[in-house]
Amino acid sequence: MSGPQLSHTQMAARVARDIPDGAYVNLGIGMPTLVGDVVAADKEIIFHSENGILGMGPAPAPDEVDWELINAGKQPVTLLTGGSYFHHTDSFMMMRGGHIDVTVLGAFQVSQQGDLANWATDDSNLPPAVGGAMDLAVGAKRVLVLMMHTTPDGRHKLLPECTYPLTAARVVHRIYTELAVIDVGPDGFVVVDMVAGLDREELQRRTGAPLTFADDVAVLVPADA
Amino acid sequence: MIDKRVASLAEAVEGLADGSTVLVGGFGAAGVPVELVHAVLEQGARDLTIVTNNAGAGETDVAALIREHRVRKIICSYPRSAGSIWFEEFYRAGNIELELVPQGTLSERMRAAGAGLGGFFTPAGADSLLSRGKEVRMIAGRRHVFEEPLGGDMALVKALHADRWGNLVYNKAARNFGPTMATAATTTVVQVRGFVELGDLDPEAVVTPGIFVDRVVEVAE
Repeated sequence: MSGPQLSHTQMAARVARDIPDGAYVNLGIGMPTLVGDVVAADKEIIFHSENGILGMGPAPAPDEVDWELINAGKQPVTLLTGGSYFHHTDSFMMMRGGHIDVTVLGAFQVSQQGDLANWATDDSNLPPAVGGAMDLAVGAKRVLVLMMHTTPDGRHKLLPECTYPLTAARVVHRIYTELAVIDVGPDGFVVVDMVAGLDREELQRRTGAPLTFADDVAVLVPADA
Repeated sequence: MIDKRVASLAEAVEGLADGSTVLVGGFGAAGVPVELVHAVLEQGARDLTIVTNNAGAGETDVAALIREHRVRKIICSYPRSAGSIWFEEFYRAGNIELELVPQGTLSERMRAAGAGLGGFFTPAGADSLLSRGKEVRMIAGRRHVFEEPLGGDMALVKALHADRWGNLVYNKAARNFGPTMATAATTTVVQVRGFVELGDLDPEAVVTPGIFVDRVVEVAE
């Protein structure tokens, strides 16, 4: 993909800006884990991991790795002062029961109604795997999606309807891509931020469903601009 | 006198019958009762239904059970992970049945079994293919799918310490499914790093009370 775009770290930083101080946050595996690295130091944010951790901290030094302290992606992490451990059923009560303020998830597709498809594609060679995605998507108070705007071969991921199997219907609030920040409004996708140097027609061309634009679309400046 | 401690891994898994349903703790590698699973391999039970979050990786634990043709069916949330080669090979060849369950539903179905409940309605997966063939009901304006309890003949759990009554404490995120699985099986078998004397565990900090535990075996690390 050519043209102006944000780096992954910039995308994660844009998500982090929307996470309020004091929030309980669950980050999905993959790109969403970057958000944990870029939250502002003046915010106290408590990260939840589905495998039974609140107050999850960053990766440990190599000589302090404990394989009984890992995140949802099975990578070693640490516990911050004040953190706690609990079992899986309690962990998913937090997720399904509306106790998690924000979740940041990756996605294959998002529809203009906020439908989320992030667990299965049409590749029948792969055995299906769902993990905690469905519980998080229905339970978190705010569902944010962090993903690339299109597939690597340029196919649309923001669509009128998802063509891949749904994780959950009408759950996504906001989408962050390398090109834009887009809200799921009552009448479909609403652009709230756009990367500098991209015009509206080009953004629409790369989006599979109609876009409307907020009155005051903010400009995102790529690192190399 | 109550003494749930057993002297060997073989004694710990004694009596496991062919065709049993076995709950196996762990998330990734954390909390997997590897030695107990290997004891099942030696014990020889076949035609097993394994309930576990992942489908094993490499050549150990659940992956070894699959490789040795002991597993008829796996019930899990995330069978695909780095190194899950035996599961993937058996799955592609149609030699293992997979029941995919959202992770929270997997845990809650076992909780329901342990709690004596006949199931529950959850919004997780209600709009997905995983609700196919199940009762769906509108509750508070939202679709919920009915999920049945999921109990086991035997649970294999890893904890940190146990006393002779079977009271347990766990280590960090290796706790994961252990406390729920312990409640949901006819026979709950726990491997611990060490036994402690009755009274050594802080009653306020016991995670699994011994009522849920049948056998504990020490596996030093």
